[in-house]
Amino acid sequence: MQVGLEEQVAPLQGRIPVFTRSVKGAFRRFKSSVLITAYAVFFLLPWLPWQRADAPDQAVLFDVPGRRFLIFDLTMYPQDVVWLALLLFIAAAILFFATALVGRAFCGYFCFQTLWTDFFIWVEARIQGERPARVRLYRQPWTREKVLKVGATHLVWLLASFWTGMGFILYFGYAPELVARFFTGQAAVVAYATVAVLTLTTYFAAGYMREQICTYVCPYGRFQSVMYDPETLAVHYDARRGEGRLGRASARSGLRTLEERHDKGSGDCIDCKLCVQVCPTGIDIREGLQYKCISCGLCIDACNGIMDSMGFPRGLIRYDSEANLAKAEPVKPHLHWKRLKVVGYGVSIVFMAAYLAYSIGARSSFEGAVTQVRQPLFVVLSNGDIRNRYQIRVTNKLASAETFTVAIKGLPASVLDLGNLREVTVKPGHSAVMQASVILDPATAVRTREVTFVITPRLHPGEARIETAGFHYTPRG
Amino acid sequence: MSEQNLQSQTVQTTGHAWDGDLQEFNNPLPTWWVYTFYVTIVFSIVYWLIYPSWPIGKSFLTGFSDITYVNKAGETVTSHWNTRALLMADLNKAEEMQKPYFSKVAANDFEQIAKDPELSGFVLSAGKALFTENCAPCHQQGGQGVIGFFPNLTDDDWLYGGSYDKIHETLVNGRRGYMPAFGEVLNAGEIDALANYVASLSGIAHDAGKAASGRVLFTSETAACYYCHTDSAKGRQDMGAPNLTDKIWLWADVPGAEKAEDKIAAIRSTIITGVNKGVMPAWGERLSPEQIKVLTVYVHELGGGK
Repeated sequence: MQVGLEEQVAPLQGRIPVFTRSVKGAFRRFKSSVLITAYAVFFLLPWLPWQRADAPDQAVLFDVPGRRFLIFDLTMYPQDVVWLALLLFIAAAILFFATALVGRAFCGYFCFQTLWTDFFIWVEARIQGERPARVRLYRQPWTREKVLKVGATHLVWLLASFWTGMGFILYFGYAPELVARFFTGQAAVVAYATVAVLTLTTYFAAGYMREQICTYVCPYGRFQSVMYDPETLAVHYDARRGEGRLGRASARSGLRTLEERHDKGSGDCIDCKLCVQVCPTGIDIREGLQYKCISCGLCIDACNGIMDSMGFPRGLIRYDSEANLAKAEPVKPHLHWKRLKVVGYGVSIVFMAAYLAYSIGARSSFEGAVTQVRQPLFVVLSNGDIRNRYQIRVTNKLASAETFTVAIKGLPASVLDLGNLREVTVKPGHSAVMQASVILDPATAVRTREVTFVITPRLHPGEARIETAGFHYTPRG
Repeated sequence: MSEQNLQSQTVQTTGHAWDGDLQEFNNPLPTWWVYTFYVTIVFSIVYWLIYPSWPIGKSFLTGFSDITYVNKAGETVTSHWNTRALLMADLNKAEEMQKPYFSKVAANDFEQIAKDPELSGFVLSAGKALFTENCAPCHQQGGQGVIGFFPNLTDDDWLYGGSYDKIHETLVNGRRGYMPAFGEVLNAGEIDALANYVASLSGIAHDAGKAASGRVLFTSETAACYYCHTDSAKGRQDMGAPNLTDKIWLWADVPGAEKAEDKIAAIRSTIITGVNKGVMPAWGERLSPEQIKVLTVYVHELGGGK
């Protein structure tokens, strides 16, 4: 059949509104508990007090002006940004790992788009009623009732979006003080801008865009599907069981029990369309695995409820793998973890996590770096001696002031000239630069290729650090 | 096939037909695109109101936004928005931020500045910026100078003295290094003898006989080198006359010559032509006293802080 112009899909498909029906079941309970836990952590964590000597008593504080992240007892400085990079790598590997095993579990249960959309739909259902009421409200003209209900929904959405923005900025300042300053108009411009942007994006993404974020905007959703294997568990409709020989059929008289249906050739699916009505992305899972499916499991809950009430066995829609469904005799679905990819991801997660833990556990109390002054590379002094100059930068990562001393190793102490600053005391989280000169006679200078410095913090001499830098001398003439 | 397609299609045409059957589909631009276009029109009108935009004859619409800044003469100026005024306003802001440091610099003496970790840190960064802008064109980025033109500031040899006060004096008033040309005064043999003597002072291979007669000539009234360079050839810093006994050379490119005879030739040519290009400009009028103070400590530190 030739496809006519009228059947082509427009480049920009107008959104078909999705009105989801609420559902009860194991996956719904899991989604709700994840939602409550995530919201509790996100909104309450900035209010958790934590005793600190030199900073606000806030357990998690991203102190951007002070250039440090305070996370419980850990203080992160810009030098530690590699931890953040490692954390992101680990998060990515966990995403790949989970996707290979159980499909788009992140999308369905943990993604903030899913969480916020879920919460917004919950608000919508509380105010406007269950799905049929919402569809009716949507279709009716703008009556007083519609204006009030829709207006109230949007108001609550806006308030929730606003508090989402507030919750975010509270991580970047001392929460009680920042809230007070925010509402008295004394907070920084960036705080207002961030709250405004997050309020608007949350409102639009969770209120209007919803599943379109997953289908049109989100790159994860698209590339997660390429990490599926035939063995990957995903939400599947058992078409063989559901469609039978003659396809699905409603449970009219004569087709009420499994025996009757099997005798007549009908499948187990009674075509109640509840799986379609509960779907937050508005798809029909019975059409097979599709890119819009975020694997939230709500259709499993819906179908299991119907199967229970019909007295049919559960699992017409279930977590299963393509490979298993294609088998002549499907077995009970189980995790297929004995695959090179899954084990590889798992091992890399363990290694990266172990390294991150080690790196944080073995962090030093200071950073020391020696750089040779390269303009000029060397200086000939009036008596013919050769001088190289060095800048020694020390960063104090402790929560208290520390004094640093510098010594030279492998050469007599007399060749080191520290000028005016023989030692420096550095405030917590700050850096200081010491100027050092090394003066050698020409004969020694020709042989010397590098100089070794020992930087010692006075309060923690055991953490003394050895830094080497080059020594340059090219005799002329 | 195409005919069938045309008949079955329901897309609207613009209603015109050319050559009997040539029609044009009416496919309007996407709504979002059209509204974005309208938004850009509104944006441009707002932009005209705020910023300078349309030319009018020899003038132009200045827009309603303005910038207030303090100019070099200390007058407060308010002008329409322009990038130069923006720069001035930014400079005012930067000066305001540097003020606490510069007033600390003004309140402390050189020694105190150099020994205070915070102030010396400021001198290191602000001094580097000032040095790059004002001094580096001659003395080079790192202060290493250029042999034959500009003295090296990183060594321990100072023509006019390396104390804070002397460096400060040099910066404020400038210097003018001068050595007479002896090419017309002395004959070739005498000049050669002097060159060999000067080479001997720095341990360069030389003709001992010539050096001995050069030594006599050095302190004689004929050549009268000792007037400025002193009897011991260690130089007089009050005149900027260099110490000839050390390993540091400014005018004669001795370190650049490989063979001893070339080194002596370099010394000889300096004696013949003299030096009449050692000009250091005075910065007292160009830089603020605090800036000169920062530079003094910075340059002192370059030489190792002796």
